[in-house]
Amino acid sequence: MALVNIKIEGVPYQVEEGLTILEAAKKCGYEIPTLCAFNHGECNKGSCRVCLVEATGARGLVASCVYPINEGMEITISSPKAVAARRASVELLLSNHSMLCQTCEKNEKCELLHVARLTGARDNMFKGTKTAVTVDEISPSIVRDTSKCVLCGRCVARCSNAHGNGVIGFQNRGFKTIIGPAENRSFTESPCILCGQCVNVCPTGALMEKSEIQKVDAAMKAGKYVVVQTAPAVRAALGEEFGMKIGTPVTGKMVAALKRLGFKKVFDTNYAADLTIMEEATELLGRIKNGGALPMITSCSPGWVNYAEIYYGDCLDHISSCKSPHEMMGAILKHYYAAKIGVAAEDMYVVSIMPCTAKKYEKERDALKTNGLADVDAVLTTRELGKLIKRSGINFTKLPDEEFDNDIIGEYTGAGVIFGVTGGVMEAALRTAYYVLTGKEHEAVKFEAVRGFDGIKEASIEVNGMTVNVAIAHGMKNAKVLLDEIRAGTSKYHFIEIMGCPGGCINGGGQPYVRECFLPNEDADIMDTYKEKRAAALYSEDERQVLRQSHNNPQIKALYDEFLGEPNSHKAHELLHTHYGARVPFVEK
Amino acid sequence: MAHLSEAAVAQITAICDRYADEKTPLMMILSDIQKEYGYIPLEVQELVSKKTGISVSEIYGVVTFYSFFSLKPKGKYVVGVCLGTACYVKGAQQVIDKFSELLGVAPGETTEDGMFTLDALRCIGACGIAPAVSINGKVYPKVEVSGIAKIIEDLRNQA
Repeated sequence: MALVNIKIEGVPYQVEEGLTILEAAKKCGYEIPTLCAFNHGECNKGSCRVCLVEATGARGLVASCVYPINEGMEITISSPKAVAARRASVELLLSNHSMLCQTCEKNEKCELLHVARLTGARDNMFKGTKTAVTVDEISPSIVRDTSKCVLCGRCVARCSNAHGNGVIGFQNRGFKTIIGPAENRSFTESPCILCGQCVNVCPTGALMEKSEIQKVDAAMKAGKYVVVQTAPAVRAALGEEFGMKIGTPVTGKMVAALKRLGFKKVFDTNYAADLTIMEEATELLGRIKNGGALPMITSCSPGWVNYAEIYYGDCLDHISSCKSPHEMMGAILKHYYAAKIGVAAEDMYVVSIMPCTAKKYEKERDALKTNGLADVDAVLTTRELGKLIKRSGINFTKLPDEEFDNDIIGEYTGAGVIFGVTGGVMEAALRTAYYVLTGKEHEAVKFEAVRGFDGIKEASIEVNGMTVNVAIAHGMKNAKVLLDEIRAGTSKYHFIEIMGCPGGCINGGGQPYVRECFLPNEDADIMDTYKEKRAAALYSEDERQVLRQSHNNPQIKALYDEFLGEPNSHKAHELLHTHYGARVPFVEK
Repeated sequence: MAHLSEAAVAQITAICDRYADEKTPLMMILSDIQKEYGYIPLEVQELVSKKTGISVSEIYGVVTFYSFFSLKPKGKYVVGVCLGTACYVKGAQQVIDKFSELLGVAPGETTEDGMFTLDALRCIGACGIAPAVSINGKVYPKVEVSGIAKIIEDLRNQA
């Protein structure tokens, strides 16, 4: 690649051609403050004006995130003019901001606060009118507060990049501009799938998960028998909330923390992931045998299920009727386990710690109630669990490693752990489907073809002379390709795994924020590698498990022998299966 | 898209098809819809989204950005009061206030009987005859506040 000579602060450097000033400066060791430039140009609008610098050959100051370098360019970041301009940009943003920093849930990871500190912004420099505010708290998953929005457009870019069809966009003009779904609707009245990817990229508190910490507090206070379960992806990222390196598995410390927080029992959702595999693999084989709708598609990701109901209402018979693992766990806890330990089902309160905002919505679906009782009562994100631990005076990094409860239920295999990453559900299902069809374990436990972060992955497995074609997609932009094939009747697959978020649950909308500016000790390429690092934490836990196939989980076997009968039995259908319904994108108001 | 009649769907579809070969057809499509259908409600935006693959949020963003596009049907008479610099200096604010008072609607709104829409315009290039008002393309020069009631009355009588 061709190199060009530039000078920054009078010091000569050689950098690759074609970079923006911001990128070049970063490579040379400078941090120019910025808000709208995010993740290597995923969002780069030059809209926030926080990254202004002086550059030779340009008229006036330039937004370094969009201005390209050229041969001989001399860049000045520290001149009084540039410093004052950046500070003024931030002060202008602050003049139209709600300024509730002390109590804002985002304050610890707020990039507006960060650039305010960096640029030395002063209080009350520009007093005047503020843009009319919308606070949308209607959806159970995401809260949008435009009084905290800086109009950087990162959420708009992410929504569109991850899912193809952006649900949120800029609307109105000039000072009245806001970001939101069309007609400034609530997320629940628009085609939003509640995945929370927008929350993950928002630099301020304008987009946040809807907290349910108070609900859990109330249940504890009311003397309910409060039990908790954690999804696989949580353990791969929770440590980040406490300054641990990305990719550090913290399973044992997480369990120790939950036990100290007053939960009566701490379960691993992986147990139910194993149960899901038994049900799902059996359902798949039944469909193949009986001529049911193929390909069958996984149903673990509530973001994906929302998408299907809104955009592909004619393809819903392809989605597995299995409830997602934490919902299965809730049903088993309330309608099997509770009686075993002498607790009334009504007194049991199930809390799920999930990497996901859509799970908050999922738990409220009518189809996920058994005998009038919701399977799951509250869903907290990984980030909310971090807050719960911090406010309780627990020093997370100093905790010992402790074990999940597994007295009657709760044991899990490696197959359950990898549910948290794209391709994981497929791999777990293949391990068991192969066994069910052949009566033997597949020689290689690993199915390499379904791993990794390609948008669409496919594989074919020979089983008893039959070729089973599978595909995996994550992010709705990729899923759409496979779904259009199904709609057109040209899909060659038997089984498809779809996860709503790019990378799967490890990158879910409820996971810790990954921001270079708050991660000085991570590698420079952390924005490109954090998903792999979190995934590696899950794959390593799978490798460490003695049992790695769901059908070998002894407690799952016992559950069938003693309670459910066999996979897809009448009882299993009652407790572990659900149904879906087509929805319109824009609910009539 | 429950509210769109079959004729409307056919009309919007035909407009979208006109620009099927364009790389960036959105502005052209929306302009034609505004002119021929009269306004661009959400149901129409959904249909345009389906035809073009452009998201509804983006279409909505464009429709709400340009004052030329309208989300609601306009009245039989669209009263555009120029608030450009010259007209403003010559008292256009008082002119639009009077229209607003007599019609009982704020700028951007339409009267309940569907007769009048009041719009605030930026410079319409008639500075020499400021303050100017444009009603359905006809320009009224040097409008005086005292004459506005008669303008409205005349239009009502024509209808």
